[in-house]
Amino acid sequence: MIRGRASKFGDNISTDHITPGRLAHLRSNLPELAKHVLEDADPTFASRVEKGDFIVAGSNFGLGSSREHAPLVIKMAGVSAILAKSVARIFFRNAINLGLPVLICDTDNIDDGDELEVDLATGTVNNITKANQLTFGKLPEVMLRILDEGGLVPYIQKYGDFKL
Amino acid sequence: MGKTLAEKILSQKSGSDARSGDIIIARVDLAFAQDTTGPLTVRQFQACNLKRLADPKKTALFLDHAAPSPNRQISNDHRLLRQFAGETGCLIYDVGGGICHQIVAETLAKPGDVIVGADSHTVTAGGLGAFATGMGSSDVAIAFGLGKTWFRVPESIKIVLSGKFSRGVGAKDLILYLIGNIGADGATYKALEFGGDGVKNLTMSQRFTIANMAVEAGAKVGLFPTDSTTHDYLKSQGRGDHYQPLSADDDASYERTINIDLATVEPLVAKPHNVDNIAPARELKGTKIQQVFIGTCTNGRLEDIAIVADMLKGKRRHPETRLIVAPASPQVLLAAIRAGYIYSLVEAEAIILPPGCGACLGLHQGVLADGESCLSTANRNFKGRMGSPEAFIYLGSPATAAATALAGEITDPREVA
Ligand code: SF4
Repeated sequence: MIRGRASKFGDNISTDHITPGRLAHLRSNLPELAKHVLEDADPTFASRVEKGDFIVAGSNFGLGSSREHAPLVIKMAGVSAILAKSVARIFFRNAINLGLPVLICDTDNIDDGDELEVDLATGTVNNITKANQLTFGKLPEVMLRILDEGGLVPYIQKYGDFKL
Repeated sequence: MGKTLAEKILSQKSGSDARSGDIIIARVDLAFAQDTTGPLTVRQFQACNLKRLADPKKTALFLDHAAPSPNRQISNDHRLLRQFAGETGCLIYDVGGGICHQIVAETLAKPGDVIVGADSHTVTAGGLGAFATGMGSSDVAIAFGLGKTWFRVPESIKIVLSGKFSRGVGAKDLILYLIGNIGADGATYKALEFGGDGVKNLTMSQRFTIANMAVEAGAKVGLFPTDSTTHDYLKSQGRGDHYQPLSADDDASYERTINIDLATVEPLVAKPHNVDNIAPARELKGTKIQQVFIGTCTNGRLEDIAIVADMLKGKRRHPETRLIVAPASPQVLLAAIRAGYIYSLVEAEAIILPPGCGACLGLHQGVLADGESCLSTANRNFKGRMGSPEAFIYLGSPATAAATALAGEITDPREVA
């Protein structure tokens, strides 16, 4: 069970919004790069995000580049999971590979600041502020296992290979 | 029941009967990373304790996004990648060596290959029938070490092409048309498979442009069947033996089919800040442009430069519009010099950049100022993409870019004689 506050974003938040190309020189200095997380979507986000917060977005979150730095800086900011109506393919896989849960659900009725409780095991989102409940789809088995191990690197350290 | 191209290639590489929706493990024929994703790839490789590459000849690093390096931090990243290549014996293409996807197309990709690259435009090699897709650094690091990766076999959308382009219209307009039609997430998790009589009327260069932007509709791959055009291209690159005939089965099943008559496509432009925000170029007349950028893995090939050079020959760019041209590879640059294109472009007051990504991702070599507008032949116009989140990026074909450079405002190339 994870509990936190919703930070709301719109549709089509790209990897350039999250960590733009102009900051590519900071990609080997992750703490510095993380200070700019989502800067081009909301310049105040990095300073107000708190550990455990959820990113709640519309459709096609994370479209664009394959840069794994995008979910990485989101994770480093303390975000515990991303909830979106849909998520771009490469971003989705990258987030899971870093042990950052991505939940596909109808986010229309979640507002900025809502208090949420997510149960990964049952696939439910409890909106405490609104006193309602949402469900989200199940991940493929292989992704669940990678998530369970905390990401692809610990998964490979443990198994040394993919186990389907 | 028959198979789609995606199912066929993944069946072959997984040694199983791969059907859409299945999760399979496939052998990887080429895994690569570039200079902005490579350092993390190397670090994840090391973190996994993967001591050795599965095959150094099937592993490549490209220093192309910031080439030559604009600052100390990136120089250090370049050094890290050179060291890794030195230690492991993998292929490395140093600064000036060209854009990764162009080099993969020219020298490495084969029809029927599975290719994973730590760059979303890895899909480009789908133009010659390779199942090529972008992944993050962790996935590519594992492919470096294990020589395989897992996939969910995608459902396919069939794009049936017919007819020929009319004058002034090209592959970029077609792919913009398609993305405008299905939306920036219209093919998420899916394969876009091109087919129909119109395919034979497309050059390899045009197929690469189309496959390159499949990811802009969210697709995992953009796949072309192979034919005599593919074979001739491989021969021209000295590797005709890499050819194999490849096509989907007639009775394959598709999620949906979209028919496009090439003759009905007109010059199009993607407006800020999303690639599916499409309008005809003629409707944007009057939009002042401060910089025209021609190049990238989408439109930096010889055919693209030829179109621009022919339109600009003996003319000058608009005095208030900077014109920047970046050939995609040394092979392209040399051929453009030989053909006299570079001469015409410099006479028209274009700036020629070294082979590489150039201004595409906002790092250097043409960073936009706040409030400026750029017409680019690249594949993305996201907010902030070319350096300033306050700038505006329009995407168009090389012909539209050349017409715009002459007029100083967005111009339908059919207006330019
Ligand atoms: S040219 Fe642009 S889109 Fe292509 S690989 Fe380079 S940065 Fe990416």
